[in-house]
Amino acid sequence: MRLTCPLCGERDRREFYYYGAEDYLHRPAEGASLAEWDNYLHLRDNPAGMTKDLWYHEAGCSQWLLVTRNTVTHAIAGVELVAERKTEQKAGRAK
Amino acid sequence: MRYSGLKVITEGLFGNKGWTPAWRDPAPKAEYDVVIIGGGGHGLSTAYYLAKNHGITNVAVLEKGYLGGGNVGRNTTIVRANYFLPGNSEFYSHSMKLWEGMEADLNYNVMHSQRGLINLFHSDGQRDAFVRRGNAMINQGDDAILLDRDGVRELLPYLDYDNTRFPIYGGLLHPRGGSARHDAVAWGYARGADQRGVDLIQNCEVTGIDVEGGVVKGVQTTRGAIRAKKVAIIVAGRSSQVAAMAGMRLPIESHILQAFVSEGLKPVINHVISFGMGHFYISQSDKGGLVFGGDLDFYASYAARGNLPMVEHVMEAGMTLMPMIGRAKVLRSWGGIMDMSPDGSPVIDKTHIEGLLLDCGWNYGGFKAVPASGWCMAHLMATGNSHEYASKFRLDRFATGHLLDEEGTGSQHNLH
Repeated sequence: MRLTCPLCGERDRREFYYYGAEDYLHRPAEGASLAEWDNYLHLRDNPAGMTKDLWYHEAGCSQWLLVTRNTVTHAIAGVELVAERKTEQKAGRAK
Repeated sequence: MRYSGLKVITEGLFGNKGWTPAWRDPAPKAEYDVVIIGGGGHGLSTAYYLAKNHGITNVAVLEKGYLGGGNVGRNTTIVRANYFLPGNSEFYSHSMKLWEGMEADLNYNVMHSQRGLINLFHSDGQRDAFVRRGNAMINQGDDAILLDRDGVRELLPYLDYDNTRFPIYGGLLHPRGGSARHDAVAWGYARGADQRGVDLIQNCEVTGIDVEGGVVKGVQTTRGAIRAKKVAIIVAGRSSQVAAMAGMRLPIESHILQAFVSEGLKPVINHVISFGMGHFYISQSDKGGLVFGGDLDFYASYAARGNLPMVEHVMEAGMTLMPMIGRAKVLRSWGGIMDMSPDGSPVIDKTHIEGLLLDCGWNYGGFKAVPASGWCMAHLMATGNSHEYASKFRLDRFATGHLLDEEGTGSQHNLH
């Protein structure tokens, strides 16, 4: 399995650290209920098929990446920078 | 048919024509008292103990493939009771006792071999941790012996004791630990359940779970609808998909764990050896193959096959620990789908839907738990109360903070 980092290009899987599902990007607000925290920290869709998860380019550019991939075939459908995604979200909110 | 040495001899003399199938192949009935989804080790042992301990025999086990075709037939067969935390310790201790009586109980040779498990340590700090674990095992009533470097060398003379990074300081010996023939465990429980009237239904995939007014009513399958008063989900790596049929989101992420076996060799490794610092463990099967493995591939996967970096890592760790195995050829490797929970411990519990129960989250330690998991799950299904040995395996413990983090590695699914 190889991931194509938007900054570094196609790299070996060993350069990356897997963190977990995309859920980690949706941190509950301060004061959220225990159920929301449980949902964020522990509960997962865990799909057999397409999923989005977080990888860290540890031995490369040190960027957090959001990878779209298939958990059954290991095919990678897309890799985007979490930082860019957050910038877009902020720009979206500014409108 | 009861199996015995005499039976083997007489059948051998008369052309082996008297053997009959070990279980029936029934068509599903329209309704059962209990439907168990999943014909693996845990599902089959649950069915067996429902019938044997509680007299509940109007039971169907639904298996989408063939019996024992999942993780119970794809693991590295280690049996041990070396857990530390209250909640885990008594459960695995009970499981070990069931292992010790299993062959007589099932009238089935599962080739259970208590050859001893040795966990190696490589520093003073690690020795302290192992002393503490060993004392916890002894307090539980199980066995543990601390070996110093010479003590390990006497048992395992072929290890590299002077590795620069991980010199061997000693090991914790668990004499009752060992291995068993994994397929035989599934077959033994299947046969025992079938003999007591349980219907084992293969090639029957569950496609839906019927719930009305918060009460489970049955399941939809590729072989038609089946009504049931109680339904148990015992499907290991596929837990999230099956639970989703009932609208549930589980604290499970499925990961891939690879394992390897070498060509058959003459007896050379007499114990189960774990080299935790190298994420490596090894034993030798009765057939002669070296059975070994390492850690998860670390990313969520249902592929049932891993990637090459972990293959390389496992081989490197093996060579580091025992350079002699470098001349053995790897025969095959494979991957299993592990239902990883956020604290590395399992769930045996009811759900918010009445009559729907859940047994999952066995991480990569489910094989040794097969007997006690079935024992406790059957108790929960029959009595409505958690068994005392599984009372901490609650589904809501993540929300309430009552985690059972045996390794102390935090609430990330791939860290256990």
